[in-house]
Amino acid sequence: MNDWIMLTVVGADRPGIVAALTERLFEAGAHLGEASMMRLGSSFTIMLMVKSEAPPGTLAGLLEPLARDMNLRIHVDPVEGGLHRHLEPDVRITVHGADRVGIVARVTGTLAEAGLNILDLESDVGGSVAHPIYIMVIEGQARHGIRALEQVVEPLRREGIEVVVHAVDTLIG
Amino acid sequence: MPVLEILEYPDERLKQVSTPVEHFDADFQRFVDDLEETRLAGPGAVGIAAPQVGRFQRVVIVDVSKMRKPVSNHGHLVLVNPEITDWDGHAMGREGCLSVPDYTGNVIRAERIHLSAQDRHGAPIEFDMEGFEARAVQHEIDHLDGRLFLDRVVSRRSDVFRRKVYKKS
Ligand SMILES: [Zn+2]
Repeated sequence: MNDWIMLTVVGADRPGIVAALTERLFEAGAHLGEASMMRLGSSFTIMLMVKSEAPPGTLAGLLEPLARDMNLRIHVDPVEGGLHRHLEPDVRITVHGADRVGIVARVTGTLAEAGLNILDLESDVGGSVAHPIYIMVIEGQARHGIRALEQVVEPLRREGIEVVVHAVDTLIG
Repeated sequence: MPVLEILEYPDERLKQVSTPVEHFDADFQRFVDDLEETRLAGPGAVGIAAPQVGRFQRVVIVDVSKMRKPVSNHGHLVLVNPEITDWDGHAMGREGCLSVPDYTGNVIRAERIHLSAQDRHGAPIEFDMEGFEARAVQHEIDHLDGRLFLDRVVSRRSDVFRRKVYKKS
């Protein structure tokens, strides 16, 4: 039996969302697990593992007033899995180029075929409105080795997408 | 030689600052051997520091000479009273720790260092180091100062943008 819940929260960014949400969860006796929280565009987004004695429906009810007050959309989904299941990345790939339609699909599709399992991907659009640039940092496992990834990124470079494959050797000490 | 017990975070003793080694006697030599035995018993550890086994003296062991993918190195090193006297560059790399199970994170360290220390018998030694070996030494010296890599973990996002800013200036 597994009682982890994935809580998804999205709303217009404003100060105090994280504090208010976690305070409410604390009052409800919930434990927090791994989380990703960040501002995307002008929204604030939260993906948060929560373990609670209360069933998902009850937890959703407890958060309802907060959702109303701060104008947040909150989803509560029971999930399989739990803590202490980290997979270690052995490769980090940095990507940047002029932003254009399809760049993410082109890069990730190419890398997936060469054996990349993505563990973590962060991407952003910088530059100016007239000349946006796309920046992406991926960490993952190279299931067919790093060489396999290096070989397939060469054609991407010729298309003007800068892709650099870095081996990640984790230091334990 | 016994394998010593490794202190695990959040054990408060890991925050203790270690004191310089003054006596290079038989007891100390035995301890260095036990420390090495303990490092080798761990999961692929390239370094270990005395305070990780509850002995708060300034001695660390670093050995990056047996990496799957070879890196620049000075072989197997016992560093007593180590002191970093010069730093240059910075690089991000992933670190974990014998004292922090089931967590690894990205940490920015100096890319090149100049190190002066004593060997296990007290003779002065000096090295210029870079890359993975320099990183390992910085990780271990942090232990001597009561610091863990957890104090220095950064997100990849912050790193990418910080470097862009550095380049402009
Ligand atoms: Zn450590």
